[in-house]
Amino acid sequence: MPTVSMTVNGKAVSGDVEGRTLLVDFLREDLRLTGTHVGCDTSQCGACVVHVNGEAVKACTMFAAEADGAEVGTIEGQANADGSLNVIQQAFQDHHGLQCGFCTPGMVMSAAALLKENPKPSEAEVREYLEGNICRCTGYHNIVKAIMAASGQDVAIAAE
Amino acid sequence: MYAFEIERPASIADAASAMKTDEAQALGGGQTLIPTLKQRLAMPSVLVSLTGIGEMKGVCMSDAGEVCIGGATTHATVAREAAAHYPGLAGLASRIGDPAVRNRGTIGGSLANNDPAACYPAAALGSGATIITNSRSIAADDYFQGMFTTALEEGEIITEVRFPVPEKSHYQKFVQPASRFALVGVFVAKYADGVRVAVTGASEEGVHRWTEAENALSGNFSADAISELSVSADGMISDLHGSPEYRAHLVKVMTGRAVSAAS
Repeated sequence: MPTVSMTVNGKAVSGDVEGRTLLVDFLREDLRLTGTHVGCDTSQCGACVVHVNGEAVKACTMFAAEADGAEVGTIEGQANADGSLNVIQQAFQDHHGLQCGFCTPGMVMSAAALLKENPKPSEAEVREYLEGNICRCTGYHNIVKAIMAASGQDVAIAAE
Repeated sequence: MYAFEIERPASIADAASAMKTDEAQALGGGQTLIPTLKQRLAMPSVLVSLTGIGEMKGVCMSDAGEVCIGGATTHATVAREAAAHYPGLAGLASRIGDPAVRNRGTIGGSLANNDPAACYPAAALGSGATIITNSRSIAADDYFQGMFTTALEEGEIITEVRFPVPEKSHYQKFVQPASRFALVGVFVAKYADGVRVAVTGASEEGVHRWTEAENALSGNFSADAISELSVSADGMISDLHGSPEYRAHLVKVMTGRAVSAAS
Protein backbone atom coordinates (compact mmCIF):
# COMPACT_ATOMS: atom_id res chain seq x y z
CA MET A 1 0.00 0.00 0.00
CA PRO A 2 1.25 3.48 -0.80
CA THR A 3 2.27 5.78 2.01
CA VAL A 4 0.73 9.23 2.29
CA SER A 5 2.18 12.12 4.24
CA MET A 6 0.38 15.32 5.11
CA THR A 7 0.11 17.96 7.76
CA VAL A 8 -3.01 17.68 9.89
CA ASN A 9 -3.75 20.57 12.25
CA GLY A 10 -0.11 21.62 11.99
CA LYS A 11 1.31 18.20 12.79
CA ALA A 12 3.13 16.03 10.25
CA VAL A 13 1.47 12.63 9.87
CA SER A 14 1.81 9.70 7.53
CA GLY A 15 0.21 6.34 7.00
CA ASP A 16 -0.29 3.49 4.57
CA VAL A 17 -3.53 3.70 2.64
CA GLU A 18 -5.31 1.85 -0.12
CA GLY A 19 -6.17 3.74 -3.29
CA ARG A 20 -9.83 3.69 -2.26
CA THR A 21 -9.24 5.03 1.27
CA LEU A 22 -11.22 8.23 1.66
CA LEU A 23 -9.65 11.21 3.39
CA VAL A 24 -12.36 11.08 6.05
CA ASP A 25 -11.56 7.44 6.81
CA PHE A 26 -7.86 8.20 7.07
CA LEU A 27 -8.63 10.99 9.53
CA ARG A 28 -11.09 9.00 11.60
CA GLU A 29 -9.72 5.46 11.48
CA ASP A 30 -5.97 5.93 11.13
CA LEU A 31 -5.47 9.20 12.98
CA ARG A 32 -8.42 8.69 15.35
CA LEU A 33 -9.58 12.23 14.71
CA THR A 34 -13.26 11.39 15.00
CA GLY A 35 -14.51 14.96 15.20
CA THR A 36 -15.00 14.93 11.43
CA HIS A 37 -18.30 13.15 10.93
CA VAL A 38 -19.73 11.06 8.13
CA GLY A 39 -23.40 11.83 7.72
CA CYS A 40 -24.57 10.85 4.27
CA ASP A 41 -21.39 9.59 2.61
CA THR A 42 -22.75 10.98 -0.68
CA SER A 43 -21.33 14.55 -0.46
CA GLN A 44 -24.73 16.06 0.27
CA CYS A 45 -24.68 16.79 4.00
CA GLY A 46 -21.36 18.47 4.75
CA ALA A 47 -20.78 16.89 8.19
CA CYS A 48 -17.35 15.83 6.89
CA VAL A 49 -16.13 19.27 5.77
CA VAL A 50 -12.42 19.82 6.45
CA HIS A 51 -9.92 22.28 5.03
CA VAL A 52 -7.40 21.08 2.44
CA ASN A 53 -4.77 23.72 1.70
CA GLY A 54 -7.13 26.26 3.23
CA GLU A 55 -10.21 25.33 1.18
CA ALA A 56 -13.37 23.68 2.47
CA VAL A 57 -13.85 20.23 0.96
CA LYS A 58 -15.99 17.22 1.72
CA ALA A 59 -13.62 14.64 3.16
CA CYS A 60 -15.99 11.80 2.21
CA THR A 61 -15.53 12.72 -1.46
CA MET A 62 -11.75 12.92 -1.73
CA PHE A 63 -9.21 10.15 -1.51
CA ALA A 64 -6.53 10.22 1.17
CA ALA A 65 -3.93 9.71 -1.57
CA GLU A 66 -5.04 13.00 -3.15
CA ALA A 67 -4.22 14.83 0.09
CA ASP A 68 -0.62 13.62 0.00
CA GLY A 69 1.57 16.63 0.73
CA ALA A 70 -1.41 18.83 1.66
CA GLU A 71 -2.15 20.86 4.76
CA VAL A 72 -5.34 19.54 6.28
CA GLY A 73 -7.36 21.27 8.99
CA THR A 74 -10.07 19.53 11.01
CA ILE A 75 -12.41 20.54 13.81
CA GLU A 76 -9.82 19.27 16.33
CA GLY A 77 -7.49 22.06 15.21
CA GLN A 78 -10.02 24.86 15.61
CA ALA A 79 -9.72 25.59 19.33
CA ASN A 80 -7.29 28.24 20.53
CA ALA A 81 -3.80 27.19 21.63
CA ASP A 82 -4.84 27.25 25.30
CA GLY A 83 -7.71 24.88 24.57
CA SER A 84 -10.45 27.50 24.80
CA LEU A 85 -13.07 27.66 22.05
CA ASN A 86 -12.25 29.86 19.09
CA VAL A 87 -14.51 32.74 18.09
CA ILE A 88 -16.74 30.65 15.83
CA GLN A 89 -17.06 27.75 18.28
CA GLN A 90 -17.84 30.15 21.14
CA ALA A 91 -20.47 31.87 19.03
CA PHE A 92 -22.12 28.51 18.30
CA GLN A 93 -22.29 27.90 22.06
CA ASP A 94 -23.51 31.42 22.88
CA HIS A 95 -26.25 31.40 20.25
CA HIS A 96 -27.29 27.78 20.68
CA GLY A 97 -26.08 27.02 17.17
CA LEU A 98 -26.40 23.29 17.69
CA GLN A 99 -28.95 20.81 18.86
CA CYS A 100 -27.82 17.21 18.46
CA GLY A 101 -24.39 18.44 17.32
CA PHE A 102 -23.81 15.92 14.56
CA CYS A 103 -23.54 18.49 11.77
CA THR A 104 -21.62 20.96 13.93
CA PRO A 105 -18.03 20.06 12.95
CA GLY A 106 -18.89 20.59 9.29
CA MET A 107 -20.84 23.76 10.05
CA VAL A 108 -17.91 25.24 11.99
CA MET A 109 -15.40 24.29 9.28
CA SER A 110 -17.61 25.77 6.54
CA ALA A 111 -18.15 28.90 8.62
CA ALA A 112 -14.39 29.27 9.10
CA ALA A 113 -13.81 28.96 5.35
CA LEU A 114 -16.54 31.51 4.64
CA LEU A 115 -15.24 34.07 7.12
CA LYS A 116 -11.73 33.68 5.76
CA GLU A 117 -12.81 34.67 2.24
CA ASN A 118 -15.62 37.02 3.30
CA PRO A 119 -15.08 38.41 6.84
CA LYS A 120 -18.39 40.34 6.96
CA PRO A 121 -20.93 38.24 5.05
CA SER A 122 -24.58 39.23 4.78
CA GLU A 123 -27.16 36.87 6.21
CA ALA A 124 -28.01 35.78 2.66
CA GLU A 125 -24.36 35.05 1.94
CA VAL A 126 -24.10 32.92 5.09
CA ARG A 127 -27.16 30.92 4.12
CA GLU A 128 -25.90 30.51 0.56
CA TYR A 129 -22.48 29.34 1.75
CA LEU A 130 -24.10 26.73 3.99
CA GLU A 131 -26.02 25.26 1.05
CA GLY A 132 -23.94 22.10 1.28
CA ASN A 133 -24.26 21.70 5.05
CA ILE A 134 -27.43 20.04 6.25
CA CYS A 135 -28.67 20.25 9.85
CA ARG A 136 -31.29 17.59 10.34
CA CYS A 137 -32.46 19.27 13.57
CA THR A 138 -33.18 22.23 11.25
CA GLY A 139 -31.44 24.64 13.59
CA TYR A 140 -30.38 26.93 10.77
CA HIS A 141 -31.55 30.21 12.33
CA ASN A 142 -29.24 29.88 15.30
CA ILE A 143 -26.36 28.63 13.17
CA VAL A 144 -26.69 31.70 10.98
CA LYS A 145 -26.92 33.90 14.08
CA ALA A 146 -23.76 32.31 15.48
CA ILE A 147 -21.83 32.96 12.27
CA MET A 148 -23.06 36.56 12.09
CA ALA A 149 -21.94 37.00 15.71
CA ALA A 150 -18.57 35.39 15.01
CA SER A 151 -18.05 37.92 12.21
CA GLY A 152 -18.68 40.73 14.69
CA GLN A 153 -22.04 41.68 13.20
CA ASP A 154 -25.46 42.27 14.72
CA VAL A 155 -27.20 38.93 15.13
CA ALA A 156 -30.63 40.58 15.17
CA ILE A 157 -30.69 40.76 11.36
CA ALA A 158 -30.35 37.00 11.18
CA ALA A 159 -33.47 36.52 13.27
CA GLU A 160 -35.86 38.18 10.83
CA MET B 1 -15.76 0.56 -3.51
CA TYR B 2 -13.84 -2.10 -5.36
CA ALA B 3 -10.10 -1.85 -4.89
CA PHE B 4 -7.99 0.21 -7.31
CA GLU B 5 -4.73 2.05 -7.40
CA ILE B 6 -4.29 5.80 -7.71
CA GLU B 7 -1.70 7.41 -9.94
CA ARG B 8 -0.91 11.10 -9.48
CA PRO B 9 0.97 12.20 -12.62
CA ALA B 10 2.48 15.70 -12.70
CA SER B 11 2.28 16.23 -16.47
CA ILE B 12 -0.21 15.66 -19.29
CA ALA B 13 2.27 13.31 -20.97
CA ASP B 14 2.55 11.14 -17.85
CA ALA B 15 -1.22 11.14 -17.43
CA ALA B 16 -1.70 10.06 -21.04
CA SER B 17 0.66 7.11 -20.58
CA ALA B 18 -1.00 6.13 -17.29
CA MET B 19 -4.35 6.15 -19.11
CA LYS B 20 -3.05 3.41 -21.42
CA THR B 21 -3.32 0.91 -18.55
CA ASP B 22 -6.16 -1.54 -19.01
CA GLU B 23 -9.33 -0.32 -17.24
CA ALA B 24 -7.76 3.01 -16.31
CA GLN B 25 -10.13 5.84 -15.46
CA ALA B 26 -9.35 9.55 -15.29
CA LEU B 27 -10.19 11.23 -11.97
CA GLY B 28 -10.94 14.95 -11.95
CA GLY B 29 -12.28 16.41 -8.73
CA GLY B 30 -14.19 13.20 -8.09
CA GLN B 31 -17.44 14.88 -7.09
CA THR B 32 -19.40 12.54 -9.36
CA LEU B 33 -16.93 9.70 -9.85
CA ILE B 34 -16.33 9.00 -6.16
CA PRO B 35 -20.06 8.61 -5.36
CA THR B 36 -20.27 6.37 -8.46
CA LEU B 37 -17.40 4.21 -7.21
CA LYS B 38 -19.03 3.98 -3.78
CA GLN B 39 -22.10 2.50 -5.41
CA ARG B 40 -19.87 0.01 -7.22
CA LEU B 41 -21.14 1.26 -10.56
CA ALA B 42 -17.58 1.40 -11.88
CA MET B 43 -14.63 -0.93 -11.43
CA PRO B 44 -11.43 0.74 -12.67
CA SER B 45 -8.05 -0.90 -12.10
CA VAL B 46 -6.35 2.45 -11.71
CA LEU B 47 -7.55 6.00 -11.21
CA VAL B 48 -5.38 8.61 -12.89
CA SER B 49 -5.76 11.74 -10.80
CA LEU B 50 -5.50 14.87 -12.96
CA THR B 51 -5.65 17.48 -10.20
CA GLY B 52 -1.91 17.49 -9.57
CA ILE B 53 -1.07 18.54 -13.13
CA GLY B 54 -0.02 22.21 -12.98
CA GLU B 55 -0.21 22.73 -16.75
CA MET B 56 -3.91 21.78 -16.67
CA LYS B 57 -4.91 24.40 -14.11
CA GLY B 58 -5.81 28.05 -14.37
CA VAL B 59 -7.69 30.66 -16.38
CA CYS B 60 -6.13 32.90 -19.03
CA MET B 61 -6.95 34.88 -22.17
CA SER B 62 -5.66 33.67 -25.53
CA ASP B 63 -4.36 36.01 -28.24
CA ALA B 64 -7.57 35.26 -30.13
CA GLY B 65 -9.59 36.70 -27.24
CA GLU B 66 -10.85 33.38 -25.92
CA VAL B 67 -11.01 32.50 -22.24
CA CYS B 68 -8.84 29.41 -21.83
CA ILE B 69 -9.48 27.20 -18.84
CA GLY B 70 -7.29 24.27 -17.89
CA GLY B 71 -9.16 20.97 -17.68
CA ALA B 72 -8.28 20.45 -14.01
CA THR B 73 -9.41 23.93 -12.95
CA THR B 74 -11.98 23.90 -10.15
CA HIS B 75 -15.38 25.56 -10.39
CA ALA B 76 -14.38 27.91 -7.54
CA THR B 77 -11.32 29.07 -9.49
CA VAL B 78 -13.37 29.68 -12.65
CA ALA B 79 -15.97 31.60 -10.62
CA ARG B 80 -13.18 33.81 -9.25
CA GLU B 81 -10.75 34.17 -12.13
CA ALA B 82 -13.05 34.21 -15.17
CA ALA B 83 -15.33 36.88 -13.69
CA ALA B 84 -13.49 39.79 -15.29
CA HIS B 85 -13.27 38.09 -18.72
CA TYR B 86 -16.55 36.23 -19.08
CA PRO B 87 -19.06 37.03 -16.32
CA GLY B 88 -21.77 34.69 -17.69
CA LEU B 89 -19.42 31.72 -17.46
CA ALA B 90 -18.09 32.71 -14.02
CA GLY B 91 -21.67 33.14 -12.81
CA LEU B 92 -22.53 29.63 -13.95
CA ALA B 93 -19.47 28.18 -12.21
CA SER B 94 -20.35 30.02 -8.98
CA ARG B 95 -23.69 28.22 -8.74
CA ILE B 96 -22.60 24.63 -9.35
CA GLY B 97 -23.23 22.36 -6.35
CA ASP B 98 -22.14 23.99 -3.10
CA PRO B 99 -18.92 25.73 -1.99
CA ALA B 100 -17.10 22.55 -0.93
CA VAL B 101 -18.05 20.79 -4.16
CA ARG B 102 -16.84 23.82 -6.16
CA ASN B 103 -13.46 23.60 -4.42
CA ARG B 104 -12.93 20.09 -5.82
CA GLY B 105 -15.03 19.65 -8.95
CA THR B 106 -13.33 20.49 -12.26
CA ILE B 107 -14.51 21.72 -15.65
CA GLY B 108 -12.83 18.83 -17.45
CA GLY B 109 -14.48 16.30 -15.19
CA SER B 110 -17.90 17.84 -15.72
CA LEU B 111 -17.55 17.94 -19.51
CA ALA B 112 -16.10 14.42 -19.72
CA ASN B 113 -18.99 13.04 -17.69
CA ASN B 114 -21.66 15.03 -19.59
CA ASP B 115 -24.38 14.52 -17.01
CA PRO B 116 -27.68 15.51 -18.67
CA ALA B 117 -28.35 17.95 -15.81
CA ALA B 118 -24.84 19.39 -15.40
CA CYS B 119 -24.22 23.12 -15.85
CA TYR B 120 -20.91 23.29 -17.74
CA PRO B 121 -22.14 21.47 -20.87
CA ALA B 122 -24.65 24.33 -21.35
CA ALA B 123 -21.86 26.91 -21.17
CA ALA B 124 -19.60 24.99 -23.55
CA LEU B 125 -22.33 24.37 -26.13
CA GLY B 126 -23.87 27.81 -25.64
CA SER B 127 -20.51 29.47 -26.25
CA GLY B 128 -19.43 27.29 -29.14
CA ALA B 129 -16.38 26.40 -27.07
CA THR B 130 -13.50 24.23 -28.21
CA ILE B 131 -12.60 21.20 -26.12
CA ILE B 132 -8.88 20.54 -26.27
CA THR B 133 -7.62 17.08 -25.40
CA ASN B 134 -4.18 15.54 -25.20
CA SER B 135 -4.53 14.58 -28.87
CA ARG B 136 -6.91 16.99 -30.69
CA SER B 137 -9.42 19.87 -30.62
CA ILE B 138 -13.15 19.16 -30.70
CA ALA B 139 -15.87 21.74 -31.41
CA ALA B 140 -18.59 21.74 -28.75
CA ASP B 141 -21.19 21.13 -31.49
CA ASP B 142 -19.46 17.80 -32.26
CA TYR B 143 -18.50 16.94 -28.69
CA PHE B 144 -21.83 16.34 -26.92
CA GLN B 145 -23.42 13.15 -28.21
CA GLY B 146 -26.24 12.46 -25.77
CA MET B 147 -26.65 11.67 -22.11
CA PHE B 148 -23.27 10.74 -20.57
CA THR B 149 -21.88 10.34 -24.09
CA THR B 150 -19.16 12.47 -25.69
CA ALA B 151 -16.73 12.41 -28.59
CA LEU B 152 -13.88 11.46 -26.20
CA GLU B 153 -12.03 8.29 -27.10
CA GLU B 154 -10.84 5.76 -24.57
CA GLY B 155 -8.00 7.24 -22.55
CA GLU B 156 -8.43 10.76 -23.95
CA ILE B 157 -8.08 13.61 -21.44
CA ILE B 158 -9.60 17.11 -21.60
CA THR B 159 -6.61 19.37 -21.03
CA GLU B 160 -8.22 22.74 -21.79
CA VAL B 161 -11.46 24.39 -22.83
CA ARG B 162 -11.53 27.59 -24.91
CA PHE B 163 -14.54 29.87 -24.76
CA PRO B 164 -15.11 32.67 -27.29
CA VAL B 165 -16.34 35.64 -25.24
CA PRO B 166 -19.82 36.88 -26.16
CA GLU B 167 -21.12 40.45 -26.07
CA LYS B 168 -23.76 39.41 -23.55
CA SER B 169 -24.60 36.18 -21.79
CA HIS B 170 -26.44 34.69 -18.86
CA TYR B 171 -27.18 31.30 -17.35
CA GLN B 172 -30.52 30.68 -15.73
CA LYS B 173 -30.70 27.57 -13.56
CA PHE B 174 -33.88 26.19 -12.07
CA VAL B 175 -32.31 24.27 -9.23
CA GLN B 176 -33.41 20.84 -8.14
CA PRO B 177 -32.87 21.68 -4.48
CA ALA B 178 -31.79 18.28 -3.16
CA SER B 179 -29.08 17.55 -5.74
CA ARG B 180 -28.39 21.18 -6.72
CA PHE B 181 -28.23 20.03 -10.34
CA ALA B 182 -30.31 21.89 -12.92
CA LEU B 183 -33.92 20.74 -13.21
CA VAL B 184 -33.65 22.93 -16.29
CA GLY B 185 -30.79 25.29 -17.08
CA VAL B 186 -30.48 27.62 -20.08
CA PHE B 187 -27.32 29.37 -21.21
CA VAL B 188 -27.83 32.26 -23.62
CA ALA B 189 -24.89 33.98 -25.36
CA LYS B 190 -25.11 36.84 -27.85
CA TYR B 191 -22.22 37.01 -30.32
CA ALA B 192 -21.67 39.47 -33.15
CA ASP B 193 -22.67 36.78 -35.66
CA GLY B 194 -25.72 35.46 -33.79
CA VAL B 195 -27.19 34.13 -30.57
CA ARG B 196 -26.66 30.68 -29.11
CA VAL B 197 -29.07 29.03 -26.68
CA ALA B 198 -28.07 25.81 -24.91
CA VAL B 199 -30.41 23.83 -22.68
CA THR B 200 -29.39 21.36 -19.97
CA GLY B 201 -31.39 19.24 -17.52
CA ALA B 202 -34.41 18.99 -19.81
CA SER B 203 -33.86 16.49 -22.59
CA GLU B 204 -33.21 12.78 -22.69
CA GLU B 205 -30.68 13.67 -25.38
CA GLY B 206 -28.67 15.66 -22.81
CA VAL B 207 -27.50 19.19 -23.50
CA HIS B 208 -28.78 20.61 -26.78
CA ARG B 209 -29.32 23.87 -28.65
CA TRP B 210 -32.72 25.47 -29.06
CA THR B 211 -32.30 26.67 -32.63
CA GLU B 212 -35.74 28.29 -33.02
CA ALA B 213 -34.98 30.57 -30.10
CA GLU B 214 -31.51 31.25 -31.49
CA ASN B 215 -33.02 32.41 -34.80
CA ALA B 216 -35.63 34.58 -33.11
CA LEU B 217 -33.14 36.12 -30.69
CA SER B 218 -30.53 36.75 -33.39
CA GLY B 219 -33.02 39.15 -35.01
CA ASN B 220 -34.31 40.69 -31.79
CA PHE B 221 -32.43 40.05 -28.55
CA SER B 222 -35.32 40.43 -26.12
CA ALA B 223 -37.55 38.06 -24.19
CA ASP B 224 -40.46 39.20 -26.40
CA ALA B 225 -38.78 37.59 -29.40
CA ILE B 226 -39.50 34.09 -28.08
CA SER B 227 -42.99 34.77 -26.74
CA GLU B 228 -44.68 33.07 -29.70
CA LEU B 229 -42.43 30.00 -29.62
CA SER B 230 -43.33 26.79 -27.86
CA VAL B 231 -41.20 23.87 -26.76
CA SER B 232 -42.36 20.32 -27.39
CA ALA B 233 -42.49 17.94 -24.43
CA ASP B 234 -41.42 15.06 -26.70
CA GLY B 235 -38.13 13.59 -25.51
CA MET B 236 -38.05 15.65 -22.31
CA ILE B 237 -36.95 13.93 -19.10
CA SER B 238 -39.69 12.61 -16.87
CA ASP B 239 -38.93 11.92 -13.21
CA LEU B 240 -40.36 12.61 -9.78
CA HIS B 241 -39.04 16.17 -9.91
CA GLY B 242 -40.89 17.21 -13.04
CA SER B 243 -42.95 15.98 -15.98
CA PRO B 244 -41.86 16.42 -19.61
CA GLU B 245 -44.48 19.18 -20.00
CA TYR B 246 -43.15 21.01 -16.93
CA ARG B 247 -39.59 20.84 -18.21
CA ALA B 248 -40.64 22.03 -21.69
CA HIS B 249 -42.40 24.98 -20.07
CA LEU B 250 -39.34 25.77 -17.96
CA VAL B 251 -37.07 25.83 -21.02
CA LYS B 252 -38.97 28.79 -22.43
CA VAL B 253 -39.30 30.57 -19.07
CA MET B 254 -35.60 30.16 -18.26
CA THR B 255 -34.61 31.29 -21.76
CA GLY B 256 -36.65 34.45 -21.38
CA ARG B 257 -35.15 35.17 -18.00
CA ALA B 258 -31.63 34.57 -19.28
CA VAL B 259 -32.16 37.00 -22.16
CA SER B 260 -33.56 39.65 -19.83
CA ALA B 261 -30.71 39.21 -17.36
CA ALA B 262 -27.93 39.00 -19.97
CA SER B 263 -25.14 41.52 -19.58
